[in-house]
Amino acid sequence: MTASAALNLFDIVALRREFPILNQSVNGKTLAFLDSAASSQKPRRVIDCLEDYYRRYNANVHRGIYRLSEEATFAFERARGKVARFINASSQREIVFVRNTTEAINLVARSWGDANLRKGDRILLSIMEHHSNLLPWQMLAQRTGAKLEFLPIDGEGRLMLDNLDAQLAGVRIVAITQQSNVLGTINPVAEIAQRAHAVGALVLVDGAQSVPHMPVDVQALGIDFLAFSGHKMCGPTGIGVLWGRRAILEQMPPFLGGGSMIKVVGLYESTYADIPARFEAGTPAIAEAIALGEAVDFLQEIGMDRIYAHERELLGYALERLSEVEGLRVYGPATTEMRGGAVSFTLDNVHPHDVAAVLDNEGIAVRAGHHCAQPLHAHYDIPATTRASFYLYNIPEEVDRLVAALHKARTLFG
Amino acid sequence: MDDLYRELILEHYKHPRRRGRLERPDVSAEEHNPLCGDRVRIDLQIENGVITDARFDGRGCAISQASASMLTDEIIGMPVEQAKQFSKEQLLALIGIPLNHNPVRIKCALLPLKTLKAGLYGVGHAPDDDEL
Ligand SMILES: Cc1ncc(COP(=O)(O)O)c(C=O)c1O
Repeated sequence: MTASAALNLFDIVALRREFPILNQSVNGKTLAFLDSAASSQKPRRVIDCLEDYYRRYNANVHRGIYRLSEEATFAFERARGKVARFINASSQREIVFVRNTTEAINLVARSWGDANLRKGDRILLSIMEHHSNLLPWQMLAQRTGAKLEFLPIDGEGRLMLDNLDAQLAGVRIVAITQQSNVLGTINPVAEIAQRAHAVGALVLVDGAQSVPHMPVDVQALGIDFLAFSGHKMCGPTGIGVLWGRRAILEQMPPFLGGGSMIKVVGLYESTYADIPARFEAGTPAIAEAIALGEAVDFLQEIGMDRIYAHERELLGYALERLSEVEGLRVYGPATTEMRGGAVSFTLDNVHPHDVAAVLDNEGIAVRAGHHCAQPLHAHYDIPATTRASFYLYNIPEEVDRLVAALHKARTLFG
Repeated sequence: MDDLYRELILEHYKHPRRRGRLERPDVSAEEHNPLCGDRVRIDLQIENGVITDARFDGRGCAISQASASMLTDEIIGMPVEQAKQFSKEQLLALIGIPLNHNPVRIKCALLPLKTLKAGLYGVGHAPDDDEL
């Protein structure tokens, strides 16, 4: 694979110009941003969209009988519709705006979990989960006496499903990531959902790393909940999405209480709004939701399948080039098959902090640490890894610079 | 880069002076940096209120390990009361990292000092970084 192959998918030079932040130097070198798995950069039109809201029609939603409020409400609800179509929800009522993936999962664990789980019920997770798809379930288990079960992984960092049917006994909900933020592994959630449904369990998918990077169709996957964050998909921080199957959301009690989530309020008792308002207490992140809608338009105009293909080419190139670096070990699948563009590695005994510092000196931004997946790092018996992650604006030259800087780090600390 | 990974730090990282454990330490303390999993243990031998020997052990980045190496080297022969007063400014000057450096890396550099003070002041009294 050559540098130009990845460029064929779209005009990468023009695309990079859409991201003002990429046009800067760090330590005298052009910024190579390889940390999109933590948070992506934003195209100009998303930044403009935020500003436009505050300059032209800033007003609270669902409340005012005046022009600005109507305009804000319209834009806010239109964004909900865009998100619904983006993931092929059957209704925009199934889209609940929250702050991020973490809040979406906590919402389900609190609302659905507290109402439905009893002592002895089981919750099935995997050992590769991000802390935000682990802690809410640990806390739920502690509140209800439910038990946690974990799907193991094999040497390549793929889920082992041989015992899935046995592990599903007594399980009420399966909560699983669609793409690991450390290993890059893409999990077969459709298959898991099918087998989970056979025993009457629900399936929540953590889409924080999948929705930004590949086409995700909730109906085709046959899942029950999907959680994802705006800031990882070219949108702003402070806005995320919980998608839930309408019939399930409708049966769930509220999460937070307050304004907007009610029908009639009395001093001692109240009735609650229909979905999705029931789960959106208080003034929402209006500008951010609208700008998330803009980000969705941006991604769809390019095409999620093309974004996925672009990242896959970059990933293939990166895996190949990284294998040249002596002493470097990549965690996760060795090929691009069912694998996304998050590449975590260790380099001999050089501490990831030191690796990241050498890279930073070369203008390359990567993440070093446990990436909010301590149990997974404990599984490999390592405290931390360095992670490079790719998005639609990354280019093969950045992989070359990464590899060159890694050779440098090895020499420095070797 | 050059200011962070100066020769001195690389030298101590690659060839730590006092890595290991003491057989019968009078004081032994271990501290972690949960952000990156860095871990430093320091063992001290104390006679008549003076630190007569010191060793460190642990794993972590070049900064935390080199800092531990230099600190344990520095405190041998130092009265306990003086070691208790050893400041973060003194430590950063010793290892040659500017105070205004990236706070995440400063945290790495300070971990051994935090460990030392936790040991000298007694278990459960590890000071916060801004108290060092
Ligand atoms: C797989 C996965 N799940 C959940 C999260 C949490 O996302 P957020 O911090 O936006 O809630 C992240 C990102 O950090 C992630 O990578």
